[in-house]
Amino acid sequence: MIRPHRNHPLWLAFMLHRVSGVALALFLPIHFYVLALALTDPAALNDFFALTENIWVKITEFGLVFLLAAHMLGGLRLMAMEWLPWSDRQKTFAATAVAGAFAISCSFFLSAVSL
Amino acid sequence: MSQELSVSVWRSETNAFQEFAVPAQDNQTILDVVSWIQANSDPTLSYRFACRVGMCGSCAMMVNGEPRWTCRTHVKKVLKSNSLQIAPLRNLPVVKDLATDMEPFFDKWVEAKGVFQGTKTRHDAIEPILPDTAERVAASTAIECINCAVCYAACDSVSGNADYLGPAALNRAWSLVNDVRDGAYEERIEAVSGTGGCHNCHSQGGCAKYCPNDLNPSASIAGLKRKTTRNWFGWGRS
Ligand code: SF4
Ligand code: SF4
Ligand code: FES
Repeated sequence: MIRPHRNHPLWLAFMLHRVSGVALALFLPIHFYVLALALTDPAALNDFFALTENIWVKITEFGLVFLLAAHMLGGLRLMAMEWLPWSDRQKTFAATAVAGAFAISCSFFLSAVSL
Repeated sequence: MSQELSVSVWRSETNAFQEFAVPAQDNQTILDVVSWIQANSDPTLSYRFACRVGMCGSCAMMVNGEPRWTCRTHVKKVLKSNSLQIAPLRNLPVVKDLATDMEPFFDKWVEAKGVFQGTKTRHDAIEPILPDTAERVAASTAIECINCAVCYAACDSVSGNADYLGPAALNRAWSLVNDVRDGAYEERIEAVSGTGGCHNCHSQGGCAKYCPNDLNPSASIAGLKRKTTRNWFGWGRS
């Protein structure tokens, strides 16, 4: 499915960064809208909180936290690459960023389901 | 390995791949395969090569979807279920069949100020450059390019932006911004900072993955990004 010349780790890191960036750009307006309900319509906000008890919503949140963490850690890798002296270990750093994002989102998920 | 390879070759006249059966050899390069077709099956097939030993940079093509120097790519290394697909290099206009027009590629070397600007005359003493100075070490990482455009064909930023100077030209610029004898640092930094410049690079590293000479244009471009950032803040050269 991935065209042959793109089939390598740093291209995947690029694609993850792009997809997570787009996903966050879509998510953030919704996020701020829901937060604004605290001022405009507290009852609706309470209904929304009830919804977040649903396991599928928690799983979706896990995905969102993963994307947020992957975008943040991947972004730090790119800034380091562009502003600090060059290192040949970019694949290792990209893999570490994904592992870090996974650790952050898993611990978020565990605490969400154990509440 | 079976006796015959099935080879599909891009033909510009029909805008489609054409199938050929080519006798398999124990030791055979992609360029051998293309030459065999031209010599034995279809003399109208157009392609380009010169040195056959990985020096001139004229023989690159897409092989099974990946850019390769064909004179030094062994069939065994890239064969997939006994078949090969050979197409002209990506991101360049096609002259005919497998031969691309490399002019846009070389024009960008000029745009990136890839020409050395000496500051001395023949009457000055030769300037000694010590091999272990930081600048010389940085420049050394970027030399030995054979202008094959393999990196240029691997680069999605080139496909996305026709003005992007591309990995090879920027890699050349990186070797020159580290050349202490060169007198065009500011112009070159200016040339690589513009809309077609180094900031287009998404750091995917396809260039470095495919460069047949193991150069890393991606690292050179990251170096240019640092230099252009310093320049923007007015922090001077290094
Ligand atoms: S690292 Fe930059 S120059 Fe190299 S292939 Fe990727 S986008 Fe192109
Ligand atoms: S940098 Fe490598 S791939 Fe690109 S033109 Fe030079 S030798 Fe070819
Ligand atoms: S023919 Fe010269 S590099 Fe391949």
